[in-house]
Amino acid sequence: MAQQDITQQRYTDGKPNLRRFHQARWDEPINFELSREGQRGVLVPEVEEEIKDQVGDVLATLPLTVRRKAPPRLPELSQPQVLRHYLRLSQENLGADLNIEIGQGTCTMKYSPKINDQLAGHPKLAELHPLQDEDTAQGILEMMYRFEGMLKEISGMDRFSLQPAAGSAAIYTNASIIRAYHKSRGEADQRDEIITTIFSHPSNAACARTAGFKVITLYPGQDGYPDLEALKAAVSERTAGLLITNPEDTGIFNPRIEAFVEVVHEAGGLCVYDQANANGILGITRARDTGFDLCHFNLHKSFSSPHGCGGPGGGACGASEALAKFLPVPLVAYDGEKYYLDYDRPDSIGKVRPFYGDAPVVLRAYAWVMSLGAEGLREVAEIAVLNNNYLLNRMLEIPGLSAPYAEGKRRIEQVRYSWETLTEETGVHSEELGIRAADFGVHYWTSHHPFVVPEPCTLEPTESLSKDELDEYVAIVSHVTGEARTDPELVKTAPHNSTIHTIDHSPLDDRSQWAMTWRAYRRKAGGA
Amino acid sequence: MAERKKLGLIVNPVAGIGGRVGLKGSDGAEIQRQALKLGAVPQVLNRATQALEKIGNIDWLEIITYPGEMGEDAAKACGVEPKVIGSIKPGETTAEDTRKAARDMLRQGVDLLLFAGGDGTARDVYTAVGENLPALGIPAGVKIHSAVYATNPLSAGELAALYLKDRIGDLHEAEVMDLDEEAFRQGVVSAKLYGYLKIPFRTSLVQNLKMPSAGEGASLASIAYDVVEKMEDDWLYIIGPGTTTRAITDELGLGKTLIGVDVVLNRELVAADVNEAQLLDLLKGRRAKIIVTLIGGQGCVFGRGNQQISPQIIDKVGRENIIVVSSPEKLYALGQQPLWVDTGDEDVDRMLTGYIKVVTGYNQRAVRKVS
Ligand SMILES: Cc1ncc(COP(=O)(O)O)c(C=O)c1O
Repeated sequence: MAQQDITQQRYTDGKPNLRRFHQARWDEPINFELSREGQRGVLVPEVEEEIKDQVGDVLATLPLTVRRKAPPRLPELSQPQVLRHYLRLSQENLGADLNIEIGQGTCTMKYSPKINDQLAGHPKLAELHPLQDEDTAQGILEMMYRFEGMLKEISGMDRFSLQPAAGSAAIYTNASIIRAYHKSRGEADQRDEIITTIFSHPSNAACARTAGFKVITLYPGQDGYPDLEALKAAVSERTAGLLITNPEDTGIFNPRIEAFVEVVHEAGGLCVYDQANANGILGITRARDTGFDLCHFNLHKSFSSPHGCGGPGGGACGASEALAKFLPVPLVAYDGEKYYLDYDRPDSIGKVRPFYGDAPVVLRAYAWVMSLGAEGLREVAEIAVLNNNYLLNRMLEIPGLSAPYAEGKRRIEQVRYSWETLTEETGVHSEELGIRAADFGVHYWTSHHPFVVPEPCTLEPTESLSKDELDEYVAIVSHVTGEARTDPELVKTAPHNSTIHTIDHSPLDDRSQWAMTWRAYRRKAGGA
Repeated sequence: MAERKKLGLIVNPVAGIGGRVGLKGSDGAEIQRQALKLGAVPQVLNRATQALEKIGNIDWLEIITYPGEMGEDAAKACGVEPKVIGSIKPGETTAEDTRKAARDMLRQGVDLLLFAGGDGTARDVYTAVGENLPALGIPAGVKIHSAVYATNPLSAGELAALYLKDRIGDLHEAEVMDLDEEAFRQGVVSAKLYGYLKIPFRTSLVQNLKMPSAGEGASLASIAYDVVEKMEDDWLYIIGPGTTTRAITDELGLGKTLIGVDVVLNRELVAADVNEAQLLDLLKGRRAKIIVTLIGGQGCVFGRGNQQISPQIIDKVGRENIIVVSSPEKLYALGQQPLWVDTGDEDVDRMLTGYIKVVTGYNQRAVRKVS
């Protein structure tokens, strides 16, 4: 048989074709199933008698309570088996280094420069211990101090805590500060309502509830923008504060944001700006200049630290001068000679997490800002917005797609699209399009809660991608929607070239089947 | 092999016939004749076929239906040989045929009854089977105010398939509404809530990998908990119809007339299924609050299905004492559509417009505009 020259298939009439992607698909068991008695990796030699005599029984120095009675039941595997296992699993991943990662909108999946990972892995950082004496950790403390300075400049706020490890943890922290503030004025019982908008990230409503507040949610007005009149109807002497994302998860920037802040301040509430995703406004607008009292940034989004499949991240909380005293302890401080951890903060809400912030996350973010400079940060925002609006225009060329709310207007850094028309015409759902898109090697995501936009899809290109890459992504989505029209079964039975399987989601809607813990699982599954 | 599931199918052959020729409805033989004379072509067969096709490969299913235009034709159009029961006079079917067919389906023990039509058809199905049979509407009529209809034939087919394949287990009571057609043709809108059918229900518009949702049931329980916790002694609570409000009486351990208005005082039921006059009587010398929900899919708060709570009563109770309850899911489904009222009294309507706080869960409110 003649050799096939696949390079011949990359172009048609000088135009690139879709990549012929095919992902590894292993029927890989879990490592406990691979275990066979007696299989093992490298055997570490026994300690020589001489050393034993000198050192004594090391284990005996550990308290009884932390000593195992029996060895752990780990799977027994050889080293090459372990390597193969994890390499295979990694091949089944549509990770950020493999695909054109714009399909996880709201998450700001920008490129995380590898050199910053190398810095974070450097022994000088990796071997630090958080309980080490401050005198021996001056380097990282200085870096945290300087990084705080950068965040102050970016937001206009007066102090920052780097302690919370995620955006939601930061929102919870800010909600706790709101309560501490009203308590300090003797109004904590009266002011128990937090206002948010339906398209603010759902962490805002959720964290306000977790912190014990009542939540009032505003819906967009007829023009698709957050509704100022609704806010006016919502505020009262019960208002504790406003938790708001801007631009919202739809990518829409609230043009009346200053009036929002004013209305809430007049009612006696505080205003918190969820800037988890600040990618479209870095160097362009500042939370404090708009009048906000508190804000937070996700270092694992806007500041390029990787998301790490859910952590560790960084949710840096910023406060105005008046509220800084409530920030979690300790804060990193400098006395002119020495950096130190300041625990002497009597009004602080306390700790929201052990230690002072995730050092490798802060280091990556710091390195990223240093590599860009102030001008560079602004350029990041400009390119992110430009990329997004280019993508928006290209995407809307695809029949069956719309960008509901404030239609026809530009967006900031992301868009929540709707395939409602396509679904009505073809019966193919947004999620099915996403699974088929994986066959072409790209990730595509629908939406998180609340499910207000029908058949949603949320894209955020960030500044990291080139026009060619955006075009390639659009070509894939366009191709898949074309298939939805000509051969819907092909889309509905996807994946064909990728590792993922379709999953039965119905248990997700069934409380009796949920299990958040192993114990709950055993109870609900009818076991012990 | 597992026993085949049974799907009942009823097509109202004259559904929708009035719409295209501007007749605002299709009920009554006279209107139907007039429509045909005006050149109306029945679309309902098409729409029923679309829904059936969406169910896909039907080998695992037995379709039970009525002869000819009442279902047999639609099944055959997608290449299925249905089990045909009952008898009709072709070209002269009536509402009674729909009712008879629905009763027969119940007797045949179908797992789900799929029916194509409009509000009148839903009402006939409801009259025949009540809440004893899961049912779902394929929208084909001129008037679709009832929440028992899927948004289009494709989604009706899809929902039916998911339910029959045991992929969704939730049933949800949805409103059967109908207009007074005689009044409607004269330009007067007046709608009535006739009851509820049990329909398969998928909580989320998209199914999402990340976010489990407890379903509407959990929202209703959470709303009920909120309202009951905040109930005050010696206030009269006038509780409007619906499943959302019924969750509140459930929380109180009281019974509820689903389509009627009930009255609670100090956590006890003091009157059930009251009319306007009885309400006025009860209101004498008492402070009261009204608890109502909106109608799914259309957002009406007062004036559809709860006319017992008349403008006079609303006026007496006062705007600040009206508690509107709705699951977040019901609000999402409205999209950008505002809530509305049509009490029949312009002043009261005007008083009710503006922004209201809807109770959406325990300590959760949504601000929505009433227009
Ligand atoms: C605007 C916004 N706020 C808050 C969060 C929550 O952040 P995290 O996932 O780190 O808890 C996100 C994350 O998606 C977000 O986009």
